[in-house]
Amino acid sequence: MHVGDYNACYRLPIERSAQEAVILVQGVAMNDNKTTVALTFILLLAAIALYLVLPIHHPAWITKLLFWQPEEARSLEFRRGLDLQGGLQVLLVADLPPGETIDRGSLETAAKIVESRVNALGLTEPVVQVRGERHIIVELPGVDNPEQAIDTIRETALLEFVEPPPTIPPDSLTPGMLISTTYGLTGTTVPSGTVLFKTIMTGKDLKEAEAGFDQQRNIWIVSFKLQPAAKQLFADYTASHINQPLCIVLDKEIISCPYIRSQIPDGAGEISGGFTKEQAEQLAIQLKYGALPVPLKIESYRAIGPSLGRESVEKSIRAGIIGLAVVFLFMLVYYRLNGLAADLALALYVLLNLLVYKLLPVTLTLPGIAGFLLSTGMAVDANILVFERMKEELRRGRSIQSAMEAGFSRAWTSVRDSNYATLLTCLILYFFGSAFAASLVKGFAITLALGTLINLFTAIFVTRTFVRVLLGMYGEKIQEKPALLGL
Amino acid sequence: MINFVQKRRLYFAIAAVLILLSLGAMLASYLTYGQVLRVGIDFTGGSLFVLQFQQPVEEQAIREVFTEYGFSGAIIQQLGNKSDNLWQVRAPFVSTDEVQEIMDAIEQKVGPLDRTRSTVDTVEPTLGAEVARQAGLAVLVSSIAVLLFIWYSFRRIPHPFRYGVAALIAMTINVIVTLGFYALMGLLQGWEVDALFLTALLTVIGFSVQDVIVVFDRIRENIPRHPGEPFEMIVNRSVMETVHRSLATQLNAMFVMIAIILFGGATLKPFISVMLVGMISETFTSLCVAVPFVVVWEEWSQRKKVSATAVA
Repeated sequence: MHVGDYNACYRLPIERSAQEAVILVQGVAMNDNKTTVALTFILLLAAIALYLVLPIHHPAWITKLLFWQPEEARSLEFRRGLDLQGGLQVLLVADLPPGETIDRGSLETAAKIVESRVNALGLTEPVVQVRGERHIIVELPGVDNPEQAIDTIRETALLEFVEPPPTIPPDSLTPGMLISTTYGLTGTTVPSGTVLFKTIMTGKDLKEAEAGFDQQRNIWIVSFKLQPAAKQLFADYTASHINQPLCIVLDKEIISCPYIRSQIPDGAGEISGGFTKEQAEQLAIQLKYGALPVPLKIESYRAIGPSLGRESVEKSIRAGIIGLAVVFLFMLVYYRLNGLAADLALALYVLLNLLVYKLLPVTLTLPGIAGFLLSTGMAVDANILVFERMKEELRRGRSIQSAMEAGFSRAWTSVRDSNYATLLTCLILYFFGSAFAASLVKGFAITLALGTLINLFTAIFVTRTFVRVLLGMYGEKIQEKPALLGL
Repeated sequence: MINFVQKRRLYFAIAAVLILLSLGAMLASYLTYGQVLRVGIDFTGGSLFVLQFQQPVEEQAIREVFTEYGFSGAIIQQLGNKSDNLWQVRAPFVSTDEVQEIMDAIEQKVGPLDRTRSTVDTVEPTLGAEVARQAGLAVLVSSIAVLLFIWYSFRRIPHPFRYGVAALIAMTINVIVTLGFYALMGLLQGWEVDALFLTALLTVIGFSVQDVIVVFDRIRENIPRHPGEPFEMIVNRSVMETVHRSLATQLNAMFVMIAIILFGGATLKPFISVMLVGMISETFTSLCVAVPFVVVWEEWSQRKKVSATAVA
């Protein structure tokens, strides 16, 4: 519709063109210092990012600089999520009647205990986290023996101190015997005839347990300390039950049934029972680590074969490279010189994203990679907004220099609004993903959001600098041949 | 200038056909599965085994193993090509212990498995119900967020209510078309609603107003610039001025999506396909439904004004 106008504007008489070229050169000269500083900064940033992102050997001091990462896990490697390296994801739920509330502290303690168990498996980056009010999520990347891992998690049993009913002769209480206890029975029906052992305390009341050697008596013992709240209860109980057995039960299985020899007033006691050193140590560990404050059961279970993950990574990388190549080509063909600037900025965008994934770090999942690739496809949106504005301003008869600046400043509100909308979507997705064991959804939201933020920097600041430099170098030619900008 | 807005009757007819087709796909899915969309174990609970065998196996042999463990109703399907030896089994919730036993039994009685390429997924029904609740909440929250965003973006335009309604209609059509597409793929390919589908749907909802907002923003800019021009012309001018940006942006996103669909892993295919369909539908509904809609509304209110004056 404006064809007539802008052709007229560009086919200038030679004198005027020369005049304008002088103004143009002055304009560039004014901006020159700022642009040079910006360009130097961008190139430096690109070089650093490239160095850190490339899979080459990095000196150890660089890794040490990552002070915001937990010390033992500092690394410049990409973190691959469970779906990319294979492994096991287990969702544990507090196994209590629905009405019963669980306090956050107990659940967190339980998670810590599970974690200490899982750490014993020697995996690289196990994750144990409390999710919501009743769940603990366990992720074991790279595990090749899911059965063993599951057993390890489930060994974390519920510890109880129980009083055997008088109907049972103390001699028949042997370790390994399975019993029923009164703990956690609220709201459930028990088949008649069940022999119930009365629960006095649970693992929640235990503060510490340690194996030790009693020099005087020349035997191995396990000493324990109770939480302050349980002291009085235990003092009263032991006072009234002297010379009676008190059974220590792990997951409804009797560990041992020591006799109460005296009142335990201060919440510190010891268990003796002809232990060997190993038995004493094992019991202490069971008391300590098996002292789960809440019973847990497996609610969801996901085992992913490691080869599958590797293949998905390879495929997504290939798909990403192909998709991006087309985007690069499109920008170059459609916007010519501007497109070149946008492509350079896009290359930096990709580099910066990868750098952030390494530094933060972001655990990459398959949807996370999809989010990143998608954000790269959309990253050029800001450039397109600016370049379209620029073309419009040129058609209205502006000089190339002022059209460029106007393009960047006028398109800013649209760029900002559309990025806000994306960030808003990411926020909703993130909360949705946090609500349950959908770490996949979260991965997508995180990479898309990071991409959007980095894009604001590359699409505006970086592209503008590149365009200014290109105009500085080829401004005259462009003025004569608007086709170079895809007009 | 191309009169884009003039052909609105045609666009509305296409939109109506799309809605009818989508509803038809959902109805067909309901008649086939008893569900408007096939819902996966993320939401219903249950177990999903993806078994990579090292040699060709018989469906009957797999069925026997599951029947032995009391899952006679398990749905057994072969995935991919016949030579892939890849099988999928859906069963009600299987406990962890049983999963291990079943896997061992399959290796013994059916054929050797490649465990590094097999996956097992089990979700308790109670958890599935919770996930479904969260999903409903997420859809509700994002719809409200989009409404707030529309209100915020249009606060300075005359008649913001009209623009809001137009954007909402476009968004609703988008969601219906996306759901219809998934219902269809559920019928053809067995795609099931999972957490990723929901992510794609929420992303579609989030993005569905972006193009509308850009065009409407331009209409606002153009009204004072071209005084005396009929509204339809102003709208048309605004569309033509912004359509390059819309199409160029969509194209780039589509390049990446198509590359992932063609060359990426199988897991991402349904996820990205939903987004691709959502994005195409979004471009159509923004330009061909929401924009003409405000023209229709304007003309209608003009006619009302005229007839009101005539009566007076």
